[in-house]
Amino acid sequence: MIYEVFRQEREGQPLQHGGSLEAPNAAFAEAYAREFYGRRNESTTLWIIPRDAVAEVEEPYVADVFDRDYRRVDGYSIKVKLKEARERAGALAD
Amino acid sequence: MSAQAPSRTDLLLAIADDELVVGWRNSEWTGIAPFLEEDVAFSSIAQGEIGHARAFYELAATELGTTADALAFDRRPDEYRCAPLVELRFVPDWARTIARHYLYETADAIRIAGLKESEWDELAGLAAKVEREEVYHLMHAQMWADRLAASTDGRRRFDEAVTELWPYALGLLEGEERERLAETVGREPVDAVERGAHTDELVPLWDEMTMVRRSAPGAEW
Repeated sequence: MIYEVFRQEREGQPLQHGGSLEAPNAAFAEAYAREFYGRRNESTTLWIIPRDAVAEVEEPYVADVFDRDYRRVDGYSIKVKLKEARERAGALAD
Repeated sequence: MSAQAPSRTDLLLAIADDELVVGWRNSEWTGIAPFLEEDVAFSSIAQGEIGHARAFYELAATELGTTADALAFDRRPDEYRCAPLVELRFVPDWARTIARHYLYETADAIRIAGLKESEWDELAGLAAKVEREEVYHLMHAQMWADRLAASTDGRRRFDEAVTELWPYALGLLEGEERERLAETVGREPVDAVERGAHTDELVPLWDEMTMVRRSAPGAEW
């Protein structure tokens, strides 16, 4: 069975995918995970998850068929507006 | 061997030699273990044993006024004090390899627990350190024993191998510790294959193990 291994490098950090390993059962997976990802004290936490237990989300985006760029911060540029605002502020200060 | 009671350095060398030789035998699986993950894990255990051997040799070397390398590689085969169990060559027989691993680690845990109570402070301290790694070796051995026992064919092969090696395993320990091993393994004590005489397999092993060092006597590496 294939197990996916997640590791946390330091306390407080998020767990990140470290890699995968093959093992006949969970006890072996635990031993091998310790060997591969914990032997050099490089992990504070290890998670092992059978690959079968991982549900993959198909098409992991929300269909965006209408033009709603304004919902996104990258939808429009505030560069010009900012420049105008600065000029106005400058004019007021004079 | 002298007829007197073994000195404390003799006892230390017996342990160090056991660890070196079993580590060496286990390392013979590097690159050819049944699957990759196990190859890495078993090689790492082999390296762990050799590391423990080094620590025990170093302690003996301070007593004897020599070096760990000289003790590990410059003695003649008949001067080694390892138990016959660790000398046996099992590649490519995985069942016997795991049976030895299981018996060795179980016996070693008993031995280490005893050493932690030693009045020799350095040895007690070293035993405590070694134990922290040996815990994982024992877990690995137990997990494999369970794995083999879970199938009919695996159980048969594993049991046959344990039966064959049982008298050798008893030879690792002395006195009461043998009874403790018998209890732990769930077998009756039998006549042990004692430490002192060597199997025919030690000389070829020694030959290979010391080959490089003998190729350049006195060299600094």
